[in-house]
Amino acid sequence: METDRPDGRTPNQLRPLVCSCSILHRSHGSASWAQGETKVLAAVYGPKAGTKKSENPEKASIEVIWKPKTGQIGKVEKEYEMILKRTLESICIRTIYPNTTTSVIVQVVHDDGALLPCAINAACAALVDAGIPLKHLAVAICCSVTDSGCIILDPTKDEEEKMKAFINLVFPNTIVSVLPEGSLQAGSEPMAHGIMTSITQGAMSVDDYLHCLERGRAASARLSEFVRKNIELKSTSEASKAG
Amino acid sequence: MGLPNVSEDLSSEMEVDAFRRLFPLRYFERHLAESIRPDGRPLGKARETSIFLGAVASANGSALVKIGSTTILTAIKMEVMTPSLESPDEGCLAIDFHMPPICSPIVRPGRPAEASPVVSKQLSDTISSSKMIDLKELSLVSGKAAWMAYLDIYCLDADGALFDAALLSAVASLSHLQIPVVAMNDDGKIVLVSEEDGQKREQEPVNKEKRKLTLRSIPFSLTCILHKNYILADPTAEEESIMETHVTVVLDTSGQLISLYKPGGPVLAYTSAIQDCAALTRQRVKELKSFLDKANSAMEVE
Repeated sequence: METDRPDGRTPNQLRPLVCSCSILHRSHGSASWAQGETKVLAAVYGPKAGTKKSENPEKASIEVIWKPKTGQIGKVEKEYEMILKRTLESICIRTIYPNTTTSVIVQVVHDDGALLPCAINAACAALVDAGIPLKHLAVAICCSVTDSGCIILDPTKDEEEKMKAFINLVFPNTIVSVLPEGSLQAGSEPMAHGIMTSITQGAMSVDDYLHCLERGRAASARLSEFVRKNIELKSTSEASKAG
Repeated sequence: MGLPNVSEDLSSEMEVDAFRRLFPLRYFERHLAESIRPDGRPLGKARETSIFLGAVASANGSALVKIGSTTILTAIKMEVMTPSLESPDEGCLAIDFHMPPICSPIVRPGRPAEASPVVSKQLSDTISSSKMIDLKELSLVSGKAAWMAYLDIYCLDADGALFDAALLSAVASLSHLQIPVVAMNDDGKIVLVSEEDGQKREQEPVNKEKRKLTLRSIPFSLTCILHKNYILADPTAEEESIMETHVTVVLDTSGQLISLYKPGGPVLAYTSAIQDCAALTRQRVKELKSFLDKANSAMEVE
């Protein structure tokens, strides 16, 4: 049942995560996020005054610019921009700074599979670094399904080409709160189990999709822990600098 | 006696319109609480759907699809090309989705609409993921000649659920597609054989007659809006702009999930909502399959 992967990982194992914040000086917030060899650099500018003509000036608007490693922007990049924009809009509190625009620039440094989840994670870390008000963070994960029905997390580029189907999933991060447990539930499921974004490629059965959901939720809990530790480390070191 | 009634009726109508325009979200929520929508549909029902095949005579395949007011026209042109080195035995599909300014007040002439490349990419992914068409069927001479199919999809009226109508239109036009006859000439090149030209008939046709593509399992889609605890199927443009969480489920006729597309949005989708959307889509797939079969059988009679 267990298939060995070329890089030695178990099916549920993520590639090593590396996250650095405050890399760029001119941007208000920036973050570099790497999962294995896939690496994305995100920069946030804003909130700046004014909104585009097609946007709603009563709310803060978010503009996403996706820069591929090479070449011009095509349909793939336009779709990624739209997905990122919608995802970030749903985690930002947009009523605090009306009639402003926040720009998020995403630069792909290297693509070794699971690029979109890596970009979403980088953009969220950059928004935190910029001090943009957020409801919660988002954690993104890629699950893939083999021809034999096994589910593999965080595939590399080589693995992606052999897969029957794969799914990019984005969940809200788990919440640590002093409030009683019941307040974090939405109906019968905890809030972290809700899907913010789901993008699928390839054909699969509905049951396979639901299995991928379960695996994705378990992995997103680990990702949430990583993000929280990373931000705590950063704020601790900054406090020691100030002191 | 008649005058006061008339003015009263007029004023109450104006009040409803004003309420709709000033407080659109509350207007819709008042209807949702009664399990109905402003156009009279129940929450889970799609709008009236019609398919018209062969709308463009100069194209090799075409279809006009209306879902409610949303109108999509697709035309397919076939062209002989040299296949790529990676896949010498396969033809190619190029899908382009256009939103001319006529379709919506939001679209301006000049720059393409923001939604166009996104829908194009979604359609390409869906059709390639479903493996509806065997690209080897489009091959003529291995390594030398293969068909290139250009699908140009035009949105004539954008009233919500564009992807659903565009996918149905693309699928219908592919089912209507007639591949033209070609022959090898003396130089070894592939040329089109027109039916009227008697002389060229002497050359052996590479494919013997006009023929249709074999479509394997066909994908159909349904877009739903999630709002609080409600699920609305097949939204109009007004509903889409007011309630921002859209989920598009694509299933094929064999029950496989081709795509589950939820690009963000304020409402989180839990497992029960996903299952409800999939159930609504399964129902919709049966409806659309019968519509498409009827349209195809009507074409054969003509």
